[in-house]
Amino acid sequence: MTRTFLGLPGPRPGAAGEGFPARAARAVRDSQLRFNLRKATRTIRARRAGVVSELPDWAELRRAGKAIKDHTLRNLDAYLLQLEEAVTRAGGHVHWAADAAEANRIVAGLVRATGETEVVKVKSMVTQETGLNEALLAEGITAYETDLAELIVQLGDDRPSHILVPAIHRNRAEIREVFAGRMAGWGRPAPEDLTDDPPALAEAARVHLRERFLATKVAISGANFAVAETGTMVVLESEGNGRMCLTLPETLITVVGIEKLVPTWRDLEVFLQLLPRSSTGERMNPYTSMWTGATEGQEFHLVLLDNGRTGVLADETGRQALRCIRCSACLNVCPVYERVGGHAYGSVYPGPIGAILTPQLHGMESELERSLPYASSLCGACYEVCPVAIDIPAVLVHLRAKTRHPVAERAGMAAAGWVLERSGRLARMQRLGGRLRRLAPERLPGPMGGWSDTRDVPELPAESFRAWWERTDGGRR
Amino acid sequence: MYGLTIFGLTIQEGSVRVALFITCVNDTLFPGTGRAVVTLLRRLGVDVDFPAAQTCCGQMHVNTGYRDEGARLAHHTIAAFSGYDAVVVPSGSCAAMVREQYPRLPGPPGFAAAVAETTPRVHELTEFLVDVLGVTDVGAYFPHRVTYHPTCHSLRGLHLGDRPLRLLRKVRGLELVPLPNEEECCGFGGTFAVKNADVSAAMCADKVRAVLDTGAEVLCAADNSCLTHIGGTLGRQKTGVRVMHLAEILAATEPVTGAAGVARGGRGGAA
Amino acid sequence: MSSRERILARIRAAVAGAPDVEIPRAYRGAGDLPDTGLVDLFARRVGDYRAVVHVVPETGAAERISASLTARGARRIVVPGGFPEPWPSVPGVELMTDGPGLGAAELDTVDGVLTTCAVAVAETGTIVLDAGPGQGRRALTLVPDYHLCVVRADQIVAGVPDAVARLVPDRPLTWISGPSATSDIELNRIEGVHGPRTLEVLVVT
Repeated sequence: MTRTFLGLPGPRPGAAGEGFPARAARAVRDSQLRFNLRKATRTIRARRAGVVSELPDWAELRRAGKAIKDHTLRNLDAYLLQLEEAVTRAGGHVHWAADAAEANRIVAGLVRATGETEVVKVKSMVTQETGLNEALLAEGITAYETDLAELIVQLGDDRPSHILVPAIHRNRAEIREVFAGRMAGWGRPAPEDLTDDPPALAEAARVHLRERFLATKVAISGANFAVAETGTMVVLESEGNGRMCLTLPETLITVVGIEKLVPTWRDLEVFLQLLPRSSTGERMNPYTSMWTGATEGQEFHLVLLDNGRTGVLADETGRQALRCIRCSACLNVCPVYERVGGHAYGSVYPGPIGAILTPQLHGMESELERSLPYASSLCGACYEVCPVAIDIPAVLVHLRAKTRHPVAERAGMAAAGWVLERSGRLARMQRLGGRLRRLAPERLPGPMGGWSDTRDVPELPAESFRAWWERTDGGRR
Repeated sequence: MYGLTIFGLTIQEGSVRVALFITCVNDTLFPGTGRAVVTLLRRLGVDVDFPAAQTCCGQMHVNTGYRDEGARLAHHTIAAFSGYDAVVVPSGSCAAMVREQYPRLPGPPGFAAAVAETTPRVHELTEFLVDVLGVTDVGAYFPHRVTYHPTCHSLRGLHLGDRPLRLLRKVRGLELVPLPNEEECCGFGGTFAVKNADVSAAMCADKVRAVLDTGAEVLCAADNSCLTHIGGTLGRQKTGVRVMHLAEILAATEPVTGAAGVARGGRGGAA
Repeated sequence: MSSRERILARIRAAVAGAPDVEIPRAYRGAGDLPDTGLVDLFARRVGDYRAVVHVVPETGAAERISASLTARGARRIVVPGGFPEPWPSVPGVELMTDGPGLGAAELDTVDGVLTTCAVAVAETGTIVLDAGPGQGRRALTLVPDYHLCVVRADQIVAGVPDAVARLVPDRPLTWISGPSATSDIELNRIEGVHGPRTLEVLVVT
C-alpha cells in the first residue's frame, strides 16, 4: 500500500509513533473532555433516534443507499467520465489529482491565477485530509475557515476531533475563551461583553465573518455528493457559511474525493433523507445548495481526488468504507469515541469510520495506524446506525488480520491455538489449572495486568465442565 | 413432555439429537453455567449430548487478527457438531461468531457447505427455549431483584430482542428492573479489554454505575465473558451485587446457594 | 500518464471481476406518500424549526405580507423580478427590485427579502428556491437577515422524492429548512448564524 498524506500531524507530540491505547489513556483521564463528549454525543444520539424512527421506510432507504454507492464504486471509471463531461458542458473546469500534493498544487495554482491572497472555506473533510490550508499558507495564501466549529478550531490553534462538529471537545465556556482571546488576531474582535451563551457565541461568529464573506473573491469547498448524470454538486450545511462561500465569490474551487459520486439526479432522493437524519438528527439540515457548472457568472473548478481511494477500492472487504457519506453517526454512538474523543485517533477521520479509513488510506506502517483497527470493542453499534450499512466491525476484524502482531502476543495466540485444537489438550490444561488454582496471582502477568488492575480475576474452578460431565456421565451418576 | 417441536415438527423424544456447545470460557471457568443448562433442558424434556471433541469457536483468535488460527478452530467446531439436529450455545457472542463470522472464514473444500448446513441449527440458549421449544415459562423460582444486561453480540449480532426478558418475566418471585442505557457495551470486547485497558475500564465503570442505580441484587446476562468483566469490577468495588448467567436463574427452582461458578467477590453464590 | 489516466486505470484494476449491484428501491418514492393534509403537515414541520408560519387564503395574502413587514419594522425590502403583481403596498416600506446596484455589501444593508419558491416539502418542512420568477439569484435570500417566503399550497409536495422529481438540476437550487442554525456548540441546535436569522413562511391556500 502506498503511503498517503492524511493530515496526520507530523511534528506534534506522539504523532504516528504513539499508538491509540496511549493516546486514549490520556484522553480518558481528561474529565472535562469526558463530560463534554458525553453530553454532546448523548444529545445527538437521542435526536437521531427520534427522526430516524419517524420514517417507516428507513431500512429500505438504507438498503438503497448502500446499493447505490456499491453500484457507483463498481462503475466508478464510467461515472467519473460522465461527471467530467457534464461539468465541462455546464461551463466548469475539471482537474484530476492522484494525491494530496497534486490537489494542493492545483488549488494553489488556481488561486494564484486570480491574483488573490485570501480565500474563504466551507468545512470540508477532504481538504483537511490533504492539508490544504498549510499548503496554501506556504504559497502566501491565507485560508479562512467559516464553519463555526472550524473557526473555533482555527482560532484556538486546535485540531478537529469530530467529522461533523470538529470542536465537539470544547464546551461553551472554552469557546468563549477562544473567541474573546483570538478573534482580534484574525479580523474583527469579539465584543467586549461576550458571554458563553450559545446564541451570543453564534452572533460573535456572524459578525466576525460577515465582512470577510462580502469581500473575499475566491472560495474553496468540498461537496457531499456529485451527480454524474447532470454534473450537479451538492453541499449540505446548517449555518449559511456554505451558501456565503458558494454564492458570493467570483471563483469557486470544489475538491471532492472520487467516492462522492452518485449516478443519477434521482439518487439524491435517498441521500437527502439518509444524511441529515443520521448526522445532525434533523428532518432536514437548514441549507442544501445544488449547482451545476459555472453558475450565476461564477468561475467554477472541480478537483477530483484519489489520494489512496483506489487502493481501498481494490480490497474486497475494505472497499465498503468508500460508501461513507461522512454523517458521523458512528462516532456519536461509539462507546470508545465517547470516552476518548477524536484526537486519540490521530487523523482527520476519527471514530469507528476513521479506524477503518485511516489504516486503509494511509497504510499500516506506524504504531498508530496498526493500533487503530483495535480501537473498538466490536460492539456493533456503529454498523447498526450507519446509513449506508458499512459493516465496520467486519472491516476492523479484516484489518486486524492484516496487521503485524507483537511477538509475545503471537506466541501466546499460537500456544492457545495449539491447546484448543484438540479437546484432550484442553482437558489436560484444565486439570493442571485446577490443581494450581490457589497459586493464581490476583494481578495477571504481562499485558493482562491492565485488565486486573480494576477488576477481580475469576477463579479457576476445581473441575471443568467437561471433567464434571465425564465423571458424572452428564449428571446422571 | 413427550415430544420436541423443532421447526414446526413434533418429533418423539430420543429421535432428535441436541448438542450442548458449552464454549471454552464456560467449560474452563464457569462449569456451573453448563450444569445449569443441562438441568434446565432436562427439566424441559431435552436430553442434551456433550460432544467431547468440542473446544473453542475461535472468536478470540479471529477478532484479535489471527484469522488462520481461528479458522482452524472453526473447522474443528463445525466437525465436532456435525450430525446434530440442534446445537445449543449458552453464549450470545460465540453463537454470533458461528453465525456471522464463520461464513467469511477460509477453509478446506467442503467447509463453506458445512457452515451453511450447520449454522441454521446453532441456537443461542434463549433462542432455543423460545423459538425451538416454544416456552417462556421454564418453571423457575428465583426470589430476587434482577437486572438484565443484553450484551452487544446478543443484542446487535443475534438480535435476541426480548427473548431473555420474556423468560425472566416468567420466573416466579423474580423482580425484573430495567438497566439504564442497557444497549451500551460494557467495554469487554475480548482482547480489547487488554489492549485498551483504560478505555475498557472507563466503559465498565459506567456500566457498573448503571447497575448500581437499579438497586438490583443480581446482574444477569446470556454471556459469561461480559459478566466476568462487569462482575470483576463489581467485586473489586465490593458492591455486593452478584452476577449470574441467565441459565443459572432459569435452572433455579428454589433459592440457589452457590450454584454458580465462584469468583473472588463478584460472582456466584446466594447472599 | 496523466493523473486522470492513472486514476481511471487504478479503478479499472481494482474492480475488475467484481459483480455489479442491483439497486432496490423499495422505499417510498415519488407519488407514494399520501397527498392529503399537506398544508397542515408542512406548516407544523416548518414551525418545528422555529420559523414563523402563516396559512392564509389567497385573498388575504397581501394583507398578511403587509402586516408581517410592518411588524418586522422593515424599511427596505428586496423583491426579485417575477414576484406576482400587483405587489402589496406597505406603508413606510420600500419594496426594491434587484439590479446591478445591489452588490453584496448593499444587500447587507437592506432589511429583508420577499420571495416565492419553486417547491415545498411537507414531511421535512423544506422550501426549495430555483432562481425562478419571484426568487431571484441566490444571494438575495442569503445576505439580508430576514426572509419572507410565499408558498402556494399547490407547490407543497409530500416527501423528498416528490421534490427531487419536480426540480430541474441545471438551475441553482437552495433547499431551506428553517432559519440558519448551528449544532456546533455542544451539539445543541441554535438558530441564527450567517444566513437569515428569521424565516417567515406564508402558505397561500
